[in-house]
This record gives sequence, C-alpha cells and structure tokens, in this order.
Amino acid sequence: MTPAGACDTCLRRTALIVMLSGRLDVEWRRRSVAARVLGLPDEDLLALAPEAARAAYERFDAGAARERAVGAGIVLACRCSPRYPERLRALPDPPAVLHVVGDPAALSAPDAVAIVGARRATSYGLDVARALGRGLSLADVPVVSGLALGVDAAAHHGALEGPAPTVAVLAAAPETPYPSQNRALHAAVAARGAVVSELPPGAPAFRWCFVARNRIVAALSLVTVIVEATERSGSLTTADFAADLGCTVAAVPGRVTTRTAAGTNGLIQTGAALVSSADDVLDLLAEATGRPRRVAARPPPPAALAPGLRRLLTAVEEGRGALGELAAGPEEARTVLAGLGELEFRGLIRRTFGGRYEPAA
Amino acid sequence: MIARVSTFAVDGVTSRRVWVEADIRQGLPAFTVVGLADKSVREARERVRAALVNSGFEFPAKRITVNLAPADLRKIGPGFDLPLAIALLVASGQLDADALDATAIIGELSLTGELRATRGTLAIAEGARRHGLRRLLVPRGVAAEAALVPELDVLGAADLEEAVAFLRGAAEPPEPHELAPPEPEVPAPLDLADVRGHNGLIPALEVAAAGGHNLYLHGPPGTGKTMLARRLPSILPPLTAGEAIEVTRIQSVGGLHHGGGLVSVRPFRAPHHTISASGLVGGGSQPTPGEATLAHHGVLFLDELSEFARPSLEALRQPLEDGHVTIVRGQKVMAFPTRFMLVAASNPCPCGMGDDDCSCSAADLARHHRRLSGPLLDRIDVLLAVGRPVAGALRDEQAPPSSAVRERVVAARERQAARLEPHGLACNAQMSARLLREHAAATPSAMRLLYELHDRHRLSARGHGRVLRVARTLADLDESASVGPEHITLAAGLRLEAAALASAA
Repeated sequence: MTPAGACDTCLRRTALIVMLSGRLDVEWRRRSVAARVLGLPDEDLLALAPEAARAAYERFDAGAARERAVGAGIVLACRCSPRYPERLRALPDPPAVLHVVGDPAALSAPDAVAIVGARRATSYGLDVARALGRGLSLADVPVVSGLALGVDAAAHHGALEGPAPTVAVLAAAPETPYPSQNRALHAAVAARGAVVSELPPGAPAFRWCFVARNRIVAALSLVTVIVEATERSGSLTTADFAADLGCTVAAVPGRVTTRTAAGTNGLIQTGAALVSSADDVLDLLAEATGRPRRVAARPPPPAALAPGLRRLLTAVEEGRGALGELAAGPEEARTVLAGLGELEFRGLIRRTFGGRYEPAA
Repeated sequence: MIARVSTFAVDGVTSRRVWVEADIRQGLPAFTVVGLADKSVREARERVRAALVNSGFEFPAKRITVNLAPADLRKIGPGFDLPLAIALLVASGQLDADALDATAIIGELSLTGELRATRGTLAIAEGARRHGLRRLLVPRGVAAEAALVPELDVLGAADLEEAVAFLRGAAEPPEPHELAPPEPEVPAPLDLADVRGHNGLIPALEVAAAGGHNLYLHGPPGTGKTMLARRLPSILPPLTAGEAIEVTRIQSVGGLHHGGGLVSVRPFRAPHHTISASGLVGGGSQPTPGEATLAHHGVLFLDELSEFARPSLEALRQPLEDGHVTIVRGQKVMAFPTRFMLVAASNPCPCGMGDDDCSCSAADLARHHRRLSGPLLDRIDVLLAVGRPVAGALRDEQAPPSSAVRERVVAARERQAARLEPHGLACNAQMSARLLREHAAATPSAMRLLYELHDRHRLSARGHGRVLRVARTLADLDESASVGPEHITLAAGLRLEAAALASAA
C-alpha cells in the first residue's frame, strides 16, 4: 500500500510534467500523437527539460506535494495504488497520479458512459445531452464528461437529476472550476461523484492538457457518445481515443445544415453507432458488457389527467407552446391558460424565457 | 416712449410669462433685441420690420431697443414676432396702450404680415388664465385650441392688420370654434377585428389594457406582434376630460397637434430602436419632451427591444417607476409627465428565425436574454408568447371587435378607479407593494396557491407581486371582489418570470 494513495515516483513524474507543461505544447505538435509524449519514461522527458527543471526533479519533495493535495481537499490515487481505476491502464500513456475531488470509487464504475460535445452547442444539442445524462443516471449508469460549457455541462446537469454519480475530468487543477461559469456545477459533481485531473492543485492549463484530458474521459468509459461537434472539434479526439481503446463510439445525429452536426454525422458515416435516446445507449452498453440491459427507472407515471389537460399536454409536446396556437377564441383561451397553469404546477410543462411552454422532461 | 406687451414662452410642457418691452428714442436708426434671446428671436427684427411696412404701418426710423424679461429665461422660437410688432406700434404711438389691457399676445409673422401658428398654444392659454389675463391674441389656426381654456377671450387673427383692428375694438373677432381648422383626415381606426389567427391572445391583451399593465410580446418575426400592439389603444378606455387636456397640451408643445379641439384618441408612439436616451425621455439644452412624454396616457411601443441601446432603456426606468421624468440641464430642472403603458416586442433569438429554424448557439441566446432581462423587465407585468397563427385560423375566424373588448376594459377600470381614486391612481399597474397588500384581497385558497407557486416556480418576491397585481385585474374583469385561485392560475400563465434559463447555457 502506498502512503496516502500516491507513491513518490508517480508524484515526482507528475511534478516533472507540470514543469514541462509549456514545453509539451511544442513537443505535442511535433510528434502529433499524444501517447508519444506522455508515454515517454521520465529520463526521456528529462532530456526535454531545462537545467533548472532537472535540478528540481532531483530535489523533489513528495511529502510537500502530498500536503498541498490534502490541503486542497484532494484524494490521490497513483498507478501503484489499488484505488487507481483499472480501465486507465489500457492507455499507452496512463496518467501517473489521479487527483480527485470527491469520491475516487466513482472512477472505477464498470459501465460508465462518456457524453461529450460542442461548447457552442445549439439548444437541440443541450436538450439531447441533458436527456441522455438523465436517462443514463436513472438507469444507474455513471456519466463521464469534461465540465466544459455546452454539451458537457448539460450532460452533467442531466446526470445530477438521476441517482447515479457523475465524473468530471478537468484539464488542469481539479480544485479549480474551469470554466468559472460552471462553479456551482463543479461543486455539485464533486459532491455527487468525482472531479478528477492528472495534474496537481494549482497547475495551469495548457493547450495539450485539454486533449490529454480527453484520453482519460474516453478510457474511463465503456461507451463514448458525442453530442454535436463541428468537423474539427476537440470532441472528436475523444472519439478517436475511445476507438483506439476498442471502446464503442456513438453519436447523436443532427441536421445536415447545422455546423455543429458535421462532426457527429461524419462519425456515424464512418461507423459510429447512432443513438437517439438513453435507451439506445443502454443497448450499446449491454452489448459491450455482455450483461443484460439495464432498465431505466422511469419517472413515476403522471397522475391521470382530465381529457382536456391530456390534449393540451399533447399539443405542447408537439411544439405548440404559445397561447395563440392552443386557443382559437377568447373563451377557449381562458380555459387553456388555466390548463397550462395546472400542467405547469404539476411539473409536466414549463414556461420558457419567451413565455412559451415546453414539456418539462 | 416705452411699451410693455405680455406674452408667454413655452417651458417644458407649461408656459412662463414674458414681457416684451420696447423703447423708441431719438438717435441713429437701430433695432436691438436684448434679454437672452435666441437666434430665432433676433431674426424677428427682420420679419417685424417687413410685416409692419407691408401691413401699412410705419416702421420708426429711430433707435429701437427691445427687452425680453425675465432675462434669466432663454427665449426661443418665432412666437415673439407678433408681441414685438405690437409693442413697436404702441411705443411709436400708432396704437393706444390701453388696447393691451389684460391681454397676452403670441404669434409668428410672415413678411406680408400674415400670422402663422406656433407650438404650445394650449399651454400658453393656460398660462394667460393663470396670470389673470382676460384676452389672448393668437393666429387663427390655433384659436380653437386656445379656446379650450375657459373664461378667456380668444382673438384669432389672420394677419397683423386684423390683429390691430381686434385690439382697437374696431372689429369683432370671430367665434374661435368657427376658426378650427378642418380635422385632419384620420385613418380608419385599427380594430382587433382585423387581426386573424390571434383570437386566443385577446384575453391577455384585455387584461393588460384593463389593468394598465406593461406588456411584453415575444415571438418570431412576422407573427403579428406589431399588429397587435398597434390595436391596443383601441381597447383602452377613452381619455377622460382631464387626460385629454394633458395630451392636447403635450402634443401641441411637441408640434403634433393641428390646432383644433381636444385630442380624443390615446397616443401611440413607436420610436425606432436607434433612438437616443434624450429622444426617448426628453432632453436638449432647452429640454423638450421625448417619446415617453408624447406617449403620456397612451402606449409607448418598443419594437425589437433587444436592439435598443442600453442607455436608452436605462433612461426609461424612472419614467416607468414614477410616472414622470426629471431632466436636469445646466441650471434647469424640468419634470415631464410619462404615464404611458409600455408595450415591448422582441424576437425569441438574435437570428429571429424562431424555434425550429433557429441557428443560434446557446451562448448567443444567453447574450440575447441578458440584453432583454435588464432593469426594464422588472416593470413588465404581462409576458405573452406570440406564435405563428395556424393556417386555418388565418382564413376562418373572426375576432371580436375592439368595442366589445373595450366595454369590459372600461368596466374593469371603473372598479379599479373606485378603489384607487383616494390614492390618486387610475389602475392596478400603478399600485405600490403596500397598496397591493391592502387592496388585492385574495381568498385563503388563492393565497395558498400563490405561495405554492412561489416555492415551485421559484418566483421572486417581485414576481410574486406581479402575479398578484395581474390577478387583481382578472378579478376586476370578472367583477369579483376578491382574488380567487382561478385568477392566480391565469395570472401565473402570463407572468414574466420564466423558469431559470437552461442552466447549461
């Protein structure tokens, strides 16, 4: 058993990578394949390092590093620790140490699903990501994502609506919410699952960190689902990593005229599975594990609705969400308005920013 | 010899008395105007000279000094032409000074001596009355407007010669009402019956009109938001006598009045979204009323709300809150009335394509929403989504005429007035939080529902008040003394506060 979850060697390697961060951006582009850099042994990495870094490497104080981590509320798990998620060992360049805010056990779930996608997503993409996250969580499947704006955040939000833990893999320091807009989400994920990073507290984010993060997202999951990605999106690297690891890659189709659908539609064209609901993902998961498919716990069926309310709900579900689209005359409008109030009160529909109603689920 | 003529200068939407003093003495011929006169007033010298000579009077070839008092008020505009000419006639002995007894004079002169209408006649006539003057000499075109003020003899003259004849008592001025210019052709009033496919929205418009609630129309372009907004004045109650006077005075000062009788239709102002803050609430070195004041007792319609500049919208805060706007320019402080009903409209997203064809990213939408959810929305009680009308509805159904809706609105307003008159208010939208507690008596079950809504929909305290306010109006429309749960439910369906925006955005 390694003390406090991480051994000196692994901590020293992590410190070396942080010292080399700036340099790695350059190396990264030169070798073009992620594994080639982060997979190098310490000695080769040292060859890239400036003189000062080498000295610091020699004088490395593992105790101080552990103290810093504990001070930041971080749990450590290194490659030599039993806490280290087995799935990560399949990577050619597994991270030396995982820095976890939250529960490290959440990382070792046998059937996690990654949901990633565009930051500048459309409302369609956000809705789908959220529905997928919720559906999987209701089936007790943990959702892994990157806590980025857009699809990632929506997936986390959805997952938090179900009972399962959710895991956010950050590019840099795990205790710092990045981007800062997702502060509340960061805290919620840490409380319900885990926020994890291969870099220690305080480490700044470099460009390579984001791609390196994607390999961890892919490796932690059995199935990787891409919701909206442009043709050159970083989300596609996650799909590449997943494919390299032999995991199932799936994508949500989009309108061919939408820019953020080009990447996902392209994935489907080249053989990724097409998913349109959490059920589809659960089928893929069953296929991958060979275990019987989990049944998503459905939200309790709504109490019986009066026929009028039922009709109204159906109309809203069909996209007729404005008062004028639901009522033909002034008298009817009052009934409709009252019915909408009733449905909203029961949590079946919700009033949006512009005053339209839409299904709540 | 010296002469003094009483006249008035328009100051904001009221008037201030101004004395025109003329002094004629021996010396090199000269004509000087002093007393903080604007360029347009100094130009009066040339018009007066020509008008006098062309009307058969003598222009004294002596040293003429004209003073406009009080000297601290900047005098602007051509309205001082006639008083100046009359002062010269008195000072040069061509007209008896007694002819000016208790008389105010206003009007612009042409070179031929003809009189032209000037702005703000009603405000000036009221000023004359206030100062105890008995006669007012004005150009013919605005005589009917001046005659709106009781107990004031209005002399409506066509030209300088006639004006002098009236002052001398040599001719009898015609009855001012006969001088009213023909009513300008009023386009057929817009009626709700012309609107197809939006019948379902009529109750919402009715509530907004009945309670004077500010209204926000939200929907894709081309769905009829503007069409609905333009028909709102047709369902608002008719102007009361007092309101009509106020509106006429403001329109006259703003140059929108044709000089006839009282304005009878509620104003509808729809400024373009490029308007500046001072254009909207009034301003300028000599503050003039802005669109908010021109819409007093009527409707101010802001189409494409998100396109308005932030400072312009911020400037509307005080007018909305207080019903008047205070403008400070230099050493001048001026208040303009601004009790209008705000109707705003905007697209659901920046691209304006609507739900299905929208290509905006979540970030674009969030930015759009942020622009809209500024301080202005705090004062809007009713939010209405306007969808695309269904094709069949466009063809078939007939909307009720405005008059039918208006009847209900008027009845509801009367109930409100009975309740709110002691507080000097006219409609529910003007109730403060304290009055709301006092007057929006809700049944226990309605209160329970409201509190549940409060918890479930995360209604803010302000949103809570807005729902109750609108519910009170719904109860008034139903002729119900207290607010019932059904009113709360309906009001909640029109509330502005939406569930938190997609939190992922």
